[in-house]
Amino acid sequence: MRYNTNIRYDFVGNRKKFYTFSTILVVVGILSLLIFRMNLGIDFKAGTTLDAATANSVQQQEVIEILKKLDYSETPTVGGSNNDRISIRFGEELSTEKIREIQNEFKAAFGEESSFEVNVVSADMARELAVKTIWAIVAASVLIMLYVMIRFEWRFAVSANIAILYDCFVVVAMFSIFHLEVDLPFIAAVLTTLGYSINDKIVIFDRIRENLRFNPAKNEKQLTEIVNASIWQTMARNLYTVLTVMIVTVFIFLFGSESIRLFSLAILIGLISGAYSTLCIASPIWFDFKKKEKKKPAAAKQPTA
Amino acid sequence: MVKKRLLAFVTVVVVLFVTMIWTSPSILKSVKLGLDLKGGFEVLYEASPFDEGGEVTPESLKQTAKALLKRIDQTGVTEPEILPEGTNRIRVRMPGVEDEDEIRDLLSKPINLTFRAPDGTVMLDGRDFKENSAGVAYDNFNRPIVTIELKDGDKFYQVTSQLVGQYLGIYLDDEEISRPNVDYPIPGGSAQITLGDKDRAYAEYLRDLINMGSLPLKLTEKYTQSVGATLGMNSLKDTVTAGVIGSLIVLLFMVIVFRVPGFVAGISIITYAWILILVHVWLKATLTLPGIAAFVLGVGMAVDANIITAERIKEEIRSGKSMLSSLKAGSKSSFRTIMDANITSIIACAALYVIGDGAIKGFALTMIFSIVVSVLTNIYLSRFLLSMLVSSNMFNKPKHYGVKEEQVRAL
Repeated sequence: MRYNTNIRYDFVGNRKKFYTFSTILVVVGILSLLIFRMNLGIDFKAGTTLDAATANSVQQQEVIEILKKLDYSETPTVGGSNNDRISIRFGEELSTEKIREIQNEFKAAFGEESSFEVNVVSADMARELAVKTIWAIVAASVLIMLYVMIRFEWRFAVSANIAILYDCFVVVAMFSIFHLEVDLPFIAAVLTTLGYSINDKIVIFDRIRENLRFNPAKNEKQLTEIVNASIWQTMARNLYTVLTVMIVTVFIFLFGSESIRLFSLAILIGLISGAYSTLCIASPIWFDFKKKEKKKPAAAKQPTA
Repeated sequence: MVKKRLLAFVTVVVVLFVTMIWTSPSILKSVKLGLDLKGGFEVLYEASPFDEGGEVTPESLKQTAKALLKRIDQTGVTEPEILPEGTNRIRVRMPGVEDEDEIRDLLSKPINLTFRAPDGTVMLDGRDFKENSAGVAYDNFNRPIVTIELKDGDKFYQVTSQLVGQYLGIYLDDEEISRPNVDYPIPGGSAQITLGDKDRAYAEYLRDLINMGSLPLKLTEKYTQSVGATLGMNSLKDTVTAGVIGSLIVLLFMVIVFRVPGFVAGISIITYAWILILVHVWLKATLTLPGIAAFVLGVGMAVDANIITAERIKEEIRSGKSMLSSLKAGSKSSFRTIMDANITSIIACAALYVIGDGAIKGFALTMIFSIVVSVLTNIYLSRFLLSMLVSSNMFNKPKHYGVKEEQVRAL
């Protein structure tokens, strides 16, 4: 009990299990991306989405019939607290006239006061957005890495970066595996994950650094102890923070507006993955880096001693 | 002395809350809501030159944006936003527009003035006229006419000499607005459009339309979004309600777990939310749906700063220090952690801001504001309030800070 910390679970000692689990998850994610790809929403795929809030409650069959009448084969989703929300995704870019035609039919069937949200995106815009997103993630992670390198050291920077990129990937992979729709706010969610997740890593690394300053680790066993102690010393903070953000996110997920639901789900996934990767990925990876460094000088010193 | 500190604390908190409650209604009213919340219409145009081989210059893009603004102003839509983006795009936002079809037609329609021969051949088109050169004048009978300058006077002379004895059809798109007879070739590069018995108002309307019509660039719609007002308002209501309920539960949780620091955190977080709205109003930033989400997530970040500090203070108390020195040591050691964590988050948001556009930019901006405001309130305000409470000596038991008595080690 050198640090007066009750180490209830040996994260460092069990790191191989976590590495294995995460590697499997990443492989499954890659496979899913290759096989199922992403369920790209309107913001990333050319086409039209039409959302309507109707005055009266609506049956899905009614909507399908109206669409059939106008020569569309798309399947609408009907939801909302009162079955008064219709959402349809068309694969083509509909012209203003065609949209007006649909809106008029809906108004005739479901009440004049129906309210609409229509999005039309052309193909090259969508592609450009996808490219921009990847750039945003790359730019953000490089900048974060630089900052951590300046404030801490490269080992922290690299292990933190591996962990946050892993978190972003988990969010993307989960959306691919469960075939959830990827839209513009999803990008924001992935980048928020980046921002949130790095916070957790900073907190733990800050503690490791502090503990190292007072008790430099002389061997691997002590290093293990320091990392584990740091994890457990910051555990309360990590759990509380994740919990509080989760409370807010869950509320928005459950009761927030339709268009923000998937956004909050993505944040939720990122949040959970972020908490996991802080404890089970970032800290152990740093330990592995540090361990290698420890060995070299020791081996070099022995002959002269 | 001791009582004074507590009194000071109560005074500060009361003043703070009275100010917030007093100002909130008017502040909330002046928050600029985005299209997705208020309803309205957004369209992203890609500009391309009319001529093949022509170029889209920053100058021509700016002029096109100006021309669009003119067109929108004429429809009576208030507070349109017209933002040139990148090298060849213009984003147009028109909040509160319910029936956008008409405006959209007007915006994307190539209002093109043409002079045609009787057989319909286009002799002169929009490119032959000087931009913004239409004006209103009066003819010999004191009837209003529209005048327009040509870029090349010789060309006009040639065209009119070809048509002597016939008439010249003057068209705006496909509508004939005038049909003057050509009695002799017209030199000088200035054309007059006679309007018969039409009044001055019509002449002015035509002049404006023609001037608008000399759009330097062709516009193609790349992305459109239209949100009905009811749908937008519902989104706003649902999301805000969910956010408020979630945040209240978080505050309750903070008080239960961290006691005194948790209570102080609650005050800071409420203040934080208020300042954040204030900053939005000041900077005239537009609040979008993802923006609200960022706002609420910001509450999460704000809570985090408080948790880090409160946890640190707990640790210091456990190590057997006095409340005051625990507070000092806890605030000091948590400060660096919080700053590092927040700066890295700002870096991520900055990347998002620079690279994203439209709604994403709004989200990133809200996140950046929220982090900066969070640092101010949740570090400095929390610390200030807490130090008053601690030095009042009213709360000097470990349990007031969520620490069990038996966990405290003797020094």
